[in-house]
Amino acid sequence: MEYFLQQAINGITLGAIYGLVAIGYTMVYGIIGMINFAHGEIYMIGAFVAVIAFSILAMFGIANVPLAILIVLAVAVIFTSAYGWTVERIAYRPLRGSFRLAPLISAIGMSIFLQNYVQVLQGARVKPLQPVVTGGLTIMRSDHFTVALSYIQILIILTTVVLMIGFSLLIARTALGRAQRACEQDLTMAALLGINVDRTISLTFVLGAGLAAVAGVMVTLYYGVVDFYIGFQAGLKAFAAAVLGGIGSLPGAMLGGLLIGLVEAFWAAYFTVEYKDLATFAILILVLIFRPTGLLGRPDVEKV
Amino acid sequence: MTEAAVPTRIASAMKEAGLAAFVALVLAMPMVGLYTVDEGGVLVVRTRFDWVLIGVLVVFAGRLAMAYWPATLRIPARRDAAHVAADGHFNILKFLGIAAISLAVLLPVLPVTDRYVIDVATTVLIYVMLGWGLNIVVGLAGLLDLGYVAFYAVGAYSFALLARNFGLNFWECLPLAGALAALCGILLGFPVLRLRGDYLAIVTLGFGEMIRIVLINWQSFTGGPNGLTSIPRPSFFGLPFTRNPEEGETAFHQFFGLEFAPYHRLAFLYYLILALALVTNAFTMRIRRLPIGRAWEALREDEIACRALGINPTNTKLTAFAIGAMFGGFAGSFFAARQGFISPESFTFIESAMILAVVVLGGMGSQIGVVLAATLLVVLPELGREFAEFRMVLFGAAMIAIMIWRPHGLLARRDPSIVLPPARRGAA
Repeated sequence: MEYFLQQAINGITLGAIYGLVAIGYTMVYGIIGMINFAHGEIYMIGAFVAVIAFSILAMFGIANVPLAILIVLAVAVIFTSAYGWTVERIAYRPLRGSFRLAPLISAIGMSIFLQNYVQVLQGARVKPLQPVVTGGLTIMRSDHFTVALSYIQILIILTTVVLMIGFSLLIARTALGRAQRACEQDLTMAALLGINVDRTISLTFVLGAGLAAVAGVMVTLYYGVVDFYIGFQAGLKAFAAAVLGGIGSLPGAMLGGLLIGLVEAFWAAYFTVEYKDLATFAILILVLIFRPTGLLGRPDVEKV
Repeated sequence: MTEAAVPTRIASAMKEAGLAAFVALVLAMPMVGLYTVDEGGVLVVRTRFDWVLIGVLVVFAGRLAMAYWPATLRIPARRDAAHVAADGHFNILKFLGIAAISLAVLLPVLPVTDRYVIDVATTVLIYVMLGWGLNIVVGLAGLLDLGYVAFYAVGAYSFALLARNFGLNFWECLPLAGALAALCGILLGFPVLRLRGDYLAIVTLGFGEMIRIVLINWQSFTGGPNGLTSIPRPSFFGLPFTRNPEEGETAFHQFFGLEFAPYHRLAFLYYLILALALVTNAFTMRIRRLPIGRAWEALREDEIACRALGINPTNTKLTAFAIGAMFGGFAGSFFAARQGFISPESFTFIESAMILAVVVLGGMGSQIGVVLAATLLVVLPELGREFAEFRMVLFGAAMIAIMIWRPHGLLARRDPSIVLPPARRGAA
């Protein structure tokens, strides 16, 4: 029981991070119908900016932990969003309206580019970061096992919940959210009704990159190590999460992220660590076979 | 152009360039300008602002040139695939094809060819064959497969395991490896081919990763991350390419009375993959004229119409998937035989992406385009060896640039499967 609870906590933490990245995939797919392959790299860049920012703060000796985290979050979100914007502007916008595979190949090219760009500039070695947030709560204690909820886990889960609420409000209530939903339904019609489609799509990429940056900061805090390759695996799983939850649906992305995180944690805990990724993809395939639109996705009608 | 127009154009170009330079500055500041060094377990930040300055200046100059250059000079008029005059173009491509094949056949005996050239050419041909195999799935049937490398891996491991455990030779293993890869294609395709295009892409991607995970972790069977070594080399109809053949065997050089040279084996491998690739090509060209090939292309264009005409979409897609997988398996066998060593390292996602890039950059459905793209994608990084670590950065950038320059691929023209006879076309 204690073991189960501990794994559930670990799984939810991991799932929250996947969920944040998955939102970026799901929004972009919802609006322009393409798989933004470079999104995982954007998340990786967020993590690297976080490592650099934390190191600078440590050099200046800023010891106030909440302040440091806030500063790093702000810095990471700003710079990573700039990357998100640029990626869309350079690699995807010229190909909008082209045939379906063109932006996908360009996205794969962008992914290769960013991965190696970071490798060349920041080095191929793993970057270890001194733990910033330490300590935690003990929830339950039995003779042989202690269930612990570390402060960093609380931070990750709380941040994710706050961002999700904020984001749902943004989509539901603001002018930008309305514009995004309009674009999702019909790009041409939205343009005819006076929505600046280019701007809306750009902002979607910026928002997605911002969330990925937050996820990158969180993962840096959580694991304490970052390398240039983390974007690929995380991106793949986050995309799986987006598809699992129903692509185009925000709550779906979050739910999918949580499910993937839980599956991974439990599989690693009860079966084999080596095959945890296998379990993730197997579940993705099973869900797609029996519910092709994902758990919360709308069935889409194919029109002639 | 009026006198006043020139300064405004410069001014607007300057504005654009300034904006781009500013964005470059923001992007470069954290990633180029700052980097961390691990010093005794503590990360220390170093600066590199001179690089940032260079980067920003390059972007400024580049954007200025792009904005100022007359637009007509830059982008060649895009010709719509359907409007290309059919006949003249056909002959050029046919000529190109024949020239390419003659060059390929003569390459090993040309005086300029050394071991390095033949090695690179063999790699190119592996990608050509993989590209042609994937072209059946992506180009003809319109199914986006991001996990093609899985079948390549199945073929390679089939050959390696069969040869090592049962002592079968290359020619016995080749059909078996193809069949096993096709079987995998069917097993995977059966449940997932009902899905829409993009989901299929992601499921195949997941499948590719799954195969790799199994290869890494099933130590006792696949050798795990260390891979499999000492895979037997293919022989020339039973004549091995060794200096000192075993008792009772005749080596290739002895049989033909030649001086022993390692080059013989390289040339033989080269001709082997050339033959395999040409078989793939011939197969594809022929099957396009069969009902099943026509059905693939029809499905790509309009699935609903196909259903209405009584074509079973799942079975039709399944055959495309299985046949594509089979050629992937053949190529995998060859790869294992050529390397003599395989490990999961060779079958990563990036490999799938490369093969897909070969197909899409070449122009989907274009056979000669695949050759062009494969040559480009293999030779570019080879040429870039001097740039060492920068070459993958350049590779990624080149992929984006080619896609933006020619979104439909280098040779964006698809042979129409059915062409009306000229007389009737004139009458219509």
